Amino acid sequence: MTLLEVENATVRFGGLTALEDVSFRVGQGEIFAVVGPNGAGKSTLFNVISRFCQPASGDVRFEGESVLGHSPSGIAGLGIARTFQNIELFDRTTVLQNLLIGRHTRRRASILPQIVFAPAVRREEIAHRGAVERIIDFLDLHPYRDNAVAGLPYGVRKVVEIGRALSMEPRLILLDEPASGLSVEEAGDMRFWIEDIRAQLGVTVLMVEHNMSLVSAVSDRVMVLADGRIIALGAPREVQSDARVVEAYLGTGTAMR
Amino acid sequence: MRVHFKTTYDHDIRLFADARDALRYGLLVALAVALPFLLDDFLLGEATNVLIWAIAGMGLMLLTGHAGQPSLGHAAFLAAGCYAHAILMGRFGLPFAASFVLAGVIAGFVGVLVAIPALRLHGIYLAIATLALSILTEDFIVLAEPWTGGVAGMTAPDISILGMEIDRLGSPDSFYWLCLAVAVLVTLGYRNILRAPFGRALLAVRDSEISAQAMGVSPARTKTAAFGLSCMTTGWAGALMGHFFYTFNHEVFTVVISIQLLLMIVIGGLGSIHGAYYGAAVVAIVPQAINVARDWIAQVSGAGGVAIPGLEVGVFGLILIFFILFEPLGIHGRMTKWRVYFELFPFYRRDMFRRQKSYLRTERMR
Repeated sequence: MTLLEVENATVRFGGLTALEDVSFRVGQGEIFAVVGPNGAGKSTLFNVISRFCQPASGDVRFEGESVLGHSPSGIAGLGIARTFQNIELFDRTTVLQNLLIGRHTRRRASILPQIVFAPAVRREEIAHRGAVERIIDFLDLHPYRDNAVAGLPYGVRKVVEIGRALSMEPRLILLDEPASGLSVEEAGDMRFWIEDIRAQLGVTVLMVEHNMSLVSAVSDRVMVLADGRIIALGAPREVQSDARVVEAYLGTGTAMR
Repeated sequence: MRVHFKTTYDHDIRLFADARDALRYGLLVALAVALPFLLDDFLLGEATNVLIWAIAGMGLMLLTGHAGQPSLGHAAFLAAGCYAHAILMGRFGLPFAASFVLAGVIAGFVGVLVAIPALRLHGIYLAIATLALSILTEDFIVLAEPWTGGVAGMTAPDISILGMEIDRLGSPDSFYWLCLAVAVLVTLGYRNILRAPFGRALLAVRDSEISAQAMGVSPARTKTAAFGLSCMTTGWAGALMGHFFYTFNHEVFTVVISIQLLLMIVIGGLGSIHGAYYGAAVVAIVPQAINVARDWIAQVSGAGGVAIPGLEVGVFGLILIFFILFEPLGIHGRMTKWRVYFELFPFYRRDMFRRQKSYLRTERMR
């Protein structure tokens, strides 16, 4: 079953074509990786899906419904969560608060009951906290619960960001370079978490990643972008041996970079 | 240091961490209630002044300290609340409570109207735009003479609640209690917001607009609501200020008041309700301290009354500079450090509160 469908997406920044006619489908329960050299358009693709970037043409459909009619802050409500390449956490609050902000789309109470903190708000808060605690359990974040995000090590912040996205209880999670900047050990942990995100939480994963050993270990399918175009799409092993992929990465022959 | 053994999620949600905490704030409120019996009328007036400034400060704190939107125009909302209240009560004869609540709502509505065009502005640009608003306010009050009395000004109508006459000069005790009640209610509402989803949305918008959006928080809606609530609270402070001054005209709500408000919350400590109260105390004490110092200098030097124009603003400026240089976390931050120092003694380390970048993150995230 198709969960996310990108159809002929084209993005231009002035004269530069960041994405050209990109079409692919991500199935329910899939781990789908997007790889490619720098400037290939991977982050642009993510920004199109999360509506930070308007495509010149083409469509993005989530569960058959076009996301282009939604604002960037409406995407979360559809069930799409994301992380950022250069961690974008709420630095001056605690880990717990960050994860609770992830519950924003699930809130019910309007502002007036919140000001008087009506019993319904309290019940809701406790339910949210319960949901967040399950994520904390899942990602082993217990030691950091009440720590301010700004002081945490890079690897932990990376996990907190994934935790924040997961607190939304999304159906699709977009991970932008989950293993970048992590030590070998942390990257190994990340691999298990990505697998568990699908296995235990049933969330479909779409990720951009440079670490090829991680990509080939976890992903079902890999899409290779170069200069805004899809040059290969298939199982990790097929893609890695594809002549055009080798060309794009190593710059031999007639490839542009 | 006390460690709380938390057994329910409610531990993190309730207002007070433990019984001792509750007792401390309870005693503080009891002391505040008993203040009219302890102070003379002059000092009680000063205490009332602190409370009114604290209410205005909480309004600005919500917007600047928690939602990260600086405003140099809050005197405009003080004026909106003050005049709306005086007009509703004096001209339309509304009872005090109704007029007071409505005045806040009107100021909040004005705030929302201002917020809509201001949504696209960040950081310093927003500060400049709101500064312009503050400058316009004075002229607007003069121009709207049929309503506001223009240069001649207005007088605040007498308050009567349930047959009880409250007059700032005739019954300073009752007026103080009225301000205290408003301050306590506003503080409670503020605390409630901070532990509810809306409070977290404010923090999200302050720290990173882009990931706030990815979390489903709409920056536009959050900022508009923050403006509305902030200006409503400031409007209530304005209404009380009208009663406090008794007569007021366009010269009361100048740009200097806006700047003083912003300064107050920075000195008090951005991002904390305590900070609004500490800052209000400083704003109320400094002019009195200057007066005392001036009298003392005149006495010692025998030079008679010296009048130095702009001295007050200069002293405020100096205090602000010292705080930004040496204690960017404000008085509240300093108090927290002292508390941690004594709680951890002798294990306190100097870099426990290492200074963090305090510029507005939203400015980077456009």
